[in-house]
Amino acid sequence: MHRVKIVFFTLLGLTAAAFAAQQPPVSGPAQQPGAIQASPPAATPPAPRVAPPPAYPVRPPADPALVARGKQIFSANCSFCHGSDARGGEGGPNLIRSQLVLDDKDGELIATVVQNGRPDRGMPKFDLTTEQISTIAAFVHSMPVGGRAATTGTVDPLVGDAKAGEAYFNGAGKCSTCHSVSGDLAGIGARYPDPRALQGAIVSGERRGELSEISRKTVTVTLRTGQTVQGRLDQIDDFLVSLTDDNGNYHSYPRHGDYPKVVVKDPLQPHLDMLRTFKDDDIHNLTAYLVTLK
Amino acid sequence: MKKTRNLFLMVALVSAAAALSAQGLDPVLLTKPATDSWPTYSGDYSGRRFSPLTQINQTNIKNLSLAWVNHLTPGPGAAGPFARRGTENPPTIVGGEIEEAVPVRGAGRISGAVLQVNGILYVSVPDNAWAVDARDGSVLWHYYWKTKGGTHIGNRGMGMYKDWLYFETPDDYLVSLDAKTGKERWHKVISDFNEQYFSTIAPIVIGNHLLVGTADDLDAPGFLQSFDPETGELQWKWYSEPEKMGDPGSETWPNLDSMRHGGAGTWVPGSYDAQLHLYYFGTANPTPAFSGATREGDNLYTSSIVALNVDTGKLAWAFQPSPHDTHDWDAAQTPVIVDGEFKGKPRKLLLDASRNGYFFVLDRVTGEHLLTVPYADSLNWSKGIDKAGRPVRDPEKDASPGGALVSPDSDGIVNWQPPTYDPQTGLFYVSTDEMYSVYYRTEPNVRALQGLNGIQEQRVGSIGKYITAIDYKTGKIAWRHLQVSAGEGSGNSGLTTTAGKLLFGGDANGNLVAYDPANGKPLWHTHLGLVSNAVETYMLDGRQYILAASGDSLYAFALNF
Repeated sequence: MHRVKIVFFTLLGLTAAAFAAQQPPVSGPAQQPGAIQASPPAATPPAPRVAPPPAYPVRPPADPALVARGKQIFSANCSFCHGSDARGGEGGPNLIRSQLVLDDKDGELIATVVQNGRPDRGMPKFDLTTEQISTIAAFVHSMPVGGRAATTGTVDPLVGDAKAGEAYFNGAGKCSTCHSVSGDLAGIGARYPDPRALQGAIVSGERRGELSEISRKTVTVTLRTGQTVQGRLDQIDDFLVSLTDDNGNYHSYPRHGDYPKVVVKDPLQPHLDMLRTFKDDDIHNLTAYLVTLK
Repeated sequence: MKKTRNLFLMVALVSAAAALSAQGLDPVLLTKPATDSWPTYSGDYSGRRFSPLTQINQTNIKNLSLAWVNHLTPGPGAAGPFARRGTENPPTIVGGEIEEAVPVRGAGRISGAVLQVNGILYVSVPDNAWAVDARDGSVLWHYYWKTKGGTHIGNRGMGMYKDWLYFETPDDYLVSLDAKTGKERWHKVISDFNEQYFSTIAPIVIGNHLLVGTADDLDAPGFLQSFDPETGELQWKWYSEPEKMGDPGSETWPNLDSMRHGGAGTWVPGSYDAQLHLYYFGTANPTPAFSGATREGDNLYTSSIVALNVDTGKLAWAFQPSPHDTHDWDAAQTPVIVDGEFKGKPRKLLLDASRNGYFFVLDRVTGEHLLTVPYADSLNWSKGIDKAGRPVRDPEKDASPGGALVSPDSDGIVNWQPPTYDPQTGLFYVSTDEMYSVYYRTEPNVRALQGLNGIQEQRVGSIGKYITAIDYKTGKIAWRHLQVSAGEGSGNSGLTTTAGKLLFGGDANGNLVAYDPANGKPLWHTHLGLVSNAVETYMLDGRQYILAASGDSLYAFALNF
């Protein structure tokens, strides 16, 4: 699959609101490096995202009673070969995405196959009325077809062991060297209602991104005169460095190789470094532990 | 200085006369590397994106500056604000099979090849094509296709044969235009919209073959078609999967149903060896993309580099960089053709930096595997390399309920953005992003996964974005240039090299940059906003131009004295 490579850090859709609502960090000694900074949803909700128009036509929803009736008839006649979910079985193919079913509107194409069978492929004919087949069609068409459709799964992402997570937090993971469950992480489990969002925040150190208002990298620029300027890093590339100092003043300097001297500090660097070594089990255990901090 | 100017003037007059007498694009010209045009996706068939031009070089690059800029406005009735002054804007020619276009979003980004033939640029974005005067950027004509829908992710450019242009639409038509007027000659359906195909690739003209790909994010099979460029008649059609059980490759699928719905679109243009008559390209991911539960096996020829005989469409050989791909990586990258030494022997080689993070060197005559090396530090999804040179997938790194931390993300270490090979340095250059994602399977029923869905992907950080230079003889990284940025920066950039000892690319902050291909040192830059295509270069009127796109805007640069 190809896509536009625009990087933004979706700590899942559910956290978008939490991120957009984030407040700038309060500076001062209470602010620990790498502190996870989720805050409760603010009073002003972020602007709603406008859903893009569907790329492919979407079927209007059918009468639920019709779908239910179709499911019964399907179950009795078709599921043996095509599976109870119509996604294919030992004998018959997946119907949800069969070309004939995609082209079918109201059972008219499906009826031809059902009423005549496909003897060459081992499918017998069925003595079903056109009306009955149209209810089957309503059932089959009720299942969404799309390779990019969002799914809202019901799989429980909490697969870790909280005790092991606690041990890792205080031991091998060295989390406690920067974080405290009674300090910056107090109540973190309540701040992230979605465990996946919490886990994303844990792994990334709740990274900055388009959804975050915070760019937490800081920079020290040493000019040729020896003067140094410090502040929040706004922009940096091979040619320019810019920052906002503590007084809110914006500074921008052209870069020529090693001049001026530029030192960038990323408080989340430890989290980036951990990406290389993090084991999935440790991540899952940490999440299982931190989710308990309500 | 004055001398130079006079010389330029003379050359200009001579080439202007040549341009007047020239007609269309003779397909024979495509077999020779062009310097006065950019007649096909990669500039020539090799995929090297190396130009022998030297007018712009390390010594004078500091004088490179804007020649012109134009913003192209897609849609039903817009020829652009910079259309020829003093005359009416050229009318928009409207095509399509429906009364009113289905509304789409974000379709105005130039993210593919721009052709330059006889001083005219041919530019495309989804549903739109333009002819633009390469001397000042003014629009000559604009064609707009009223779309039925389809995934509007990009358009990778047009193909040209004689006086005719070809481009694909997201709702799966191949449209042929008269290059002089922009008027439509014909259009035809190339894949089934109802099956959720969408079409983006730049058609490639080879002799009297017009090679046309398509893709599908649901699960319909990928295929490449060859049409007669004159009549649009089908010559052959090659499916990315074997067509029936028992055919070679079918043993890598559990059953016919999974094989027939195995995906593997054909959406990145390939390269061509005229002596061998072989066309090389990479196929896309198998489907469902993020679970292999219903498609046990290697799943040939998904996420594969394939070599097809261009006259027959028959498979000569295939190599699979990602057997049983479960991360939507595809093998869709531009393969690069190089004749060079490998282990002391002269060989016909194919170089490929695959999206999964491994760099491959193959013998392009036979498909024999010669080298596999990771070209990024972050990779953690493989248990090693098998005897055939293919990375072995670690099933523990498949999307799971609790989440699997994997690099690369589903965009890959690089996505479609083309690499370049510079014969002067012997190095292969590719833009790399060492991003990690947590991949969750959110759909409890693995049978219910379709296409790209059933999962959630959480990007959690990149440990580095680079321009990476690879010595193909050893697989060693010759140098890497870090793309620093304050935030996460943009993703990858397409790259181009020239004999002027220059390597062009976009950086993570929206600069167009010329680097020293020997060491990655930046030599020149200008800030355009994110560079959305790969740089092209050609001579016109005795001047070498550098062409770059950012979003809806085209920028031409030249030495201005």
